[in-house]
Amino acid sequence: MTNVTAERQEKSAVETVSVWIDGQAYDVPKTMPHPVSGEQVGTTMIQACHMHGIDVPYYCYHPKLPVAGNCRMCLVEFGTPALGPDRQPLYNEDGSPQIRKSPRPVIACATPISPGMAIYTQTPEAKQMRESVLEFLLINHPLDCPICDQAGECKLQEYAVDYGKADSRFVEQKVHKPKQVDLGPRIMLDDERCILCSRCIRFTRDIAGDDALGFADRGSYSILTNYPGKPFDNNYTLNTADICPVGALTSKDFRFQMRVWFLKETKSVCTSCGTGCNIMIGSRNDRIYRYTPRENDAVNSCWMCDYGRLNYKWINREDRLREVQQRRDGAPAKTNWSVALKEVAERIESSPSGSIGVVASARLTNEELYLVRRLVQDKDAITDSVPRMGEADHLLVDADKNPNTNGAHATGIAAKKVGADIATIADRIRQGKIKTLLVFGEDVTKHGIEADLLKELDTLVVSDILPNATTERADYLLPGCAHAEKRGTFTNAKGRVQKFMKAIEGPGDARPEWEFLHELVQRKTHDGGSANLPALFNEMAEQVPAFHGLSWGELKDTGAQASL
Amino acid sequence: MAQEYRLILQHADEPGYTNDIECYLRHGGYEGLKKALALEPKTLEDGSVKSGPEQIRDEVRTSGVRGRGGAGFPAARKWGFINHNSGKPIYLICNADESEPGTFKDRQIIYKDPHQMLEGTIIACYANNVHLAYIYIRGEFHEGAEILNRAIREAKEKNFIGKNIQGSGYDLELYLHRGAGAYICGEETGLLESLEGKRPYPRIKPPYFPAAYGLYMCPTIVNNVETLCCLKHVMLMGGAEYAKLGTPNNTGTRIVCVSGTVKRPGYYEVEVGKVTIRELIHDFAGGLPEGRSLQAVIPGGSSAKVFRAGEKFQIKKKAGDGQETVEMDLEDLPYDFDTVVEAGSMSGSGAVMVLDDSVDMIEAIANIAEFYAHESCGQCTPCREGSLWLKKALQRLAHGRGRKEDADYILRIADNIPNGRTICAFGEATAWPVQSTVRKFREVFEARGAEDEARRARETEGAGGVGKEMDVAASSQP
Ligand SMILES: Cc1cc2nc3c(=O)[nH]c(=O)nc-3n(C[C@H](O)[C@H](O)[C@H](O)COP(=O)(O)O)c2cc1C
Ligand code: SF4
Ligand code: SF4
Ligand code: SF4
Ligand code: FES
Repeated sequence: MTNVTAERQEKSAVETVSVWIDGQAYDVPKTMPHPVSGEQVGTTMIQACHMHGIDVPYYCYHPKLPVAGNCRMCLVEFGTPALGPDRQPLYNEDGSPQIRKSPRPVIACATPISPGMAIYTQTPEAKQMRESVLEFLLINHPLDCPICDQAGECKLQEYAVDYGKADSRFVEQKVHKPKQVDLGPRIMLDDERCILCSRCIRFTRDIAGDDALGFADRGSYSILTNYPGKPFDNNYTLNTADICPVGALTSKDFRFQMRVWFLKETKSVCTSCGTGCNIMIGSRNDRIYRYTPRENDAVNSCWMCDYGRLNYKWINREDRLREVQQRRDGAPAKTNWSVALKEVAERIESSPSGSIGVVASARLTNEELYLVRRLVQDKDAITDSVPRMGEADHLLVDADKNPNTNGAHATGIAAKKVGADIATIADRIRQGKIKTLLVFGEDVTKHGIEADLLKELDTLVVSDILPNATTERADYLLPGCAHAEKRGTFTNAKGRVQKFMKAIEGPGDARPEWEFLHELVQRKTHDGGSANLPALFNEMAEQVPAFHGLSWGELKDTGAQASL
Repeated sequence: MAQEYRLILQHADEPGYTNDIECYLRHGGYEGLKKALALEPKTLEDGSVKSGPEQIRDEVRTSGVRGRGGAGFPAARKWGFINHNSGKPIYLICNADESEPGTFKDRQIIYKDPHQMLEGTIIACYANNVHLAYIYIRGEFHEGAEILNRAIREAKEKNFIGKNIQGSGYDLELYLHRGAGAYICGEETGLLESLEGKRPYPRIKPPYFPAAYGLYMCPTIVNNVETLCCLKHVMLMGGAEYAKLGTPNNTGTRIVCVSGTVKRPGYYEVEVGKVTIRELIHDFAGGLPEGRSLQAVIPGGSSAKVFRAGEKFQIKKKAGDGQETVEMDLEDLPYDFDTVVEAGSMSGSGAVMVLDDSVDMIEAIANIAEFYAHESCGQCTPCREGSLWLKKALQRLAHGRGRKEDADYILRIADNIPNGRTICAFGEATAWPVQSTVRKFREVFEARGAEDEARRARETEGAGGVGKEMDVAASSQP
């Protein structure tokens, strides 16, 4: 993936050639990178058309997969320049080249362009071919759109409207195939809906590296299947449901949950590892229904792992922290933000230098970590984050399960070796040197500061999302927000700064951490800086060397590189 | 009376001729190969040197040998696409999948004269710098596979295959691979996939032309059994002498399989273009059964477009320096590559199927359609869906559930399958027989549909008008 990405970004000077599409001349690069190997290979007709906004419909083609050429939806007519006896192109009176039209159509997805080639996407013949392919695809299709999860995202439905004929001539019996096939732990298959485009097969074989799916039987009785007795189960299976152009492959997690047209889509990033795959959050009425990958060639192409995709349910959990609390007479009691923030700010302000410890999660955003840093800047506080190392894989998953370790480094929160200073904090609590501990988003009792030790503190300020042994012991408990409930940026494992937007409201009194951190800094220093997130990001970019030169606006949808 | 010209089948049916190597050697076997291996490099006038293999390729070009597998593509031209400097190995495959309905010529060679096929294959390998070759044999030829394996063993023992063949320094390994019973494995790129151990899904061209990206993405030559056998004779006779057999551009001999309603169905080796369809039917195959008249001829295996008796064809002929067009009857057509194409069909695999007036054309074409629906690999949409749709519609019509509009209905399906809309030529093979039969016998289809409708109307009336809208699909086959 890295190499491919790097090569793709490399602006190698690729020669351009001129082709005629529906009578107009366009320049297109002669070669483009192969979706899997990254090698430069001949630009295809479909790529040439699509890069100029010319519609060529397709089913089996997928820009990120090797070409199969089986659906035949992309058939077009074409011609090549006519040559005179001297092998030189012949021209019409108006100066345009004479074209020798091929008697046979070709598939645009597999046919490379050549200089002066003419491509016809709109001739009556081209339209007729599409219409007939659609008809062939539909004759044995169950047309159960009302109960199909793909409805609204279905390319068969879409093209039937755009390119199809209303009347069906088919008077024979349809072929019946297996329905509700349990392909694996997360994927269901309806063979009757499958149009045999092989996208799923190519994805799992060529991208995920697990040759797990294939076709069995022949002709119109062909079915997609896994190997008997071997469930389709790798960490990328759900991508097949995304790329299946029809409703044949569905996510067990999402099927029958919600009609897609009711979902609000919000651009975000996955927080389950350091890769930071770009995602769309599908939500409705402040509830998350699904994550789907969002294309970013610098990070995740069009894919994401199943683990990250399904790791959203905690956000909707019933036991989310929703009250601001303050310990009174040994028991937590409800309070409000202004009281709590005022008192916390005073505590920090009045703490002697060296008496504050901070554990701030590398799951906080860059802006939040930056504000934490500012909050204790003049207090000689020891700060650190909690490391979360696990296993990496060959495709996307990073060994670091924190989404923002690089942000924690850049803002000066995390120790060089993440977590190395937590022991020091524990020691100093034990020695009575640290009297105030600020914890953001971690259960420190599981990471080196035992529950008993917390009793030694004068003040324990805790912000978190879900209850745990640390939140139980908080003197001040500040309910925070999941990334889906706020805006912000993370710096991924490769140093890419990526922003995410707010999809849903947080529960109860919960507030985005950056908001109350800003207020705390404001109260403590009387100079809170920027009070809205874009401005806060821009301020941070000025203050933090790693982010110099970046701005919220220029991060766009796919992020920008930090200088780590 | 037209005569056979037995070149390839010269010995096959002789009493006492056996398929072991000793018998083959007694009949001059492997002399063509020895001659090929003995060719010395030749220095040309311009000082350049032609290697032995290059000289063989020249001879094959001179001989004009065209492919006997179906498309009639000149063998030397096909070989000419091979890049000998790609740094990759070059593979050769002998296509012994013979599955085209009506075709039973390759199996005569495989069963009766396997060493001739091996000799031709080895010559082709030597000519093209091939060091590893495969024979892909149809799964149903169990015994044929045993025969060939034994022949390969014998040839190895006698050092016609293996290292340093006959002391020439040339090495060749040759393996037999058995198919598992699918027609599409005969299509050369489907064959390659199958040989690689995958489903025989034909490859898209571009980019996967076998000559460039064949077996294991290396340059590959696929030739038919009979084509390869021709090479032995080209080697022995010389290209120019071989080219005197047959007719210009249609050289050599061909084993023609005549089947259907003839008295003596069988295989007949003839000079290409030297016999007519009439002679094939009457002189060789003994004519039609008594009292029968000709209804149709399928001239090149079931994939070919049908000819209807009484059809007239405009055929271009060489006349002096120019060309003239002559009108010809079906039965007068010379059986060769070019004329049959000019007449709108093809000689394909060399299988001539004869249908007399006792044959129900609708049943016949429904039968052919059933074959293609069963054998479509299912990879690409028009063929996968169209082939089964055609079968269902034609069987419906054949089983008394026709409609007046079925001729048009069937044509519209068939017209949407061929001419480059599919990945491989199976699409054409599915559509052509149907298109031609319905177009040429339209009145038969229309009459049948009308009859069925009238009968159904009577039946519904009899039943008191119940079920007026009869479901034509009600009992069609699965
Ligand atoms: C559907 C289909 C089936 C075919 N089956 C055979 C076959 O059984 N045997 C054969 O030699 N060629 C068959 N061919 C032709 C091969 O693709 C290929 O053209 C041939 O083996 C080349 O050999 P030749 O040039 O010597 O004729 C078939 C082609 C198609 C499209
Ligand atoms: S299940 Fe979907 S992606 Fe897979 S082959 Fe069928 S239609 Fe294509
Ligand atoms: S690879 Fe990492 S960032 Fe991407 S989806 Fe999986 S867990 Fe999320
Ligand atoms: S034309 Fe038919 S046999 Fe050939 S690839 Fe397509 S589906 Fe398979
Ligand atoms: S998109 Fe080109 S054949 Fe399917």
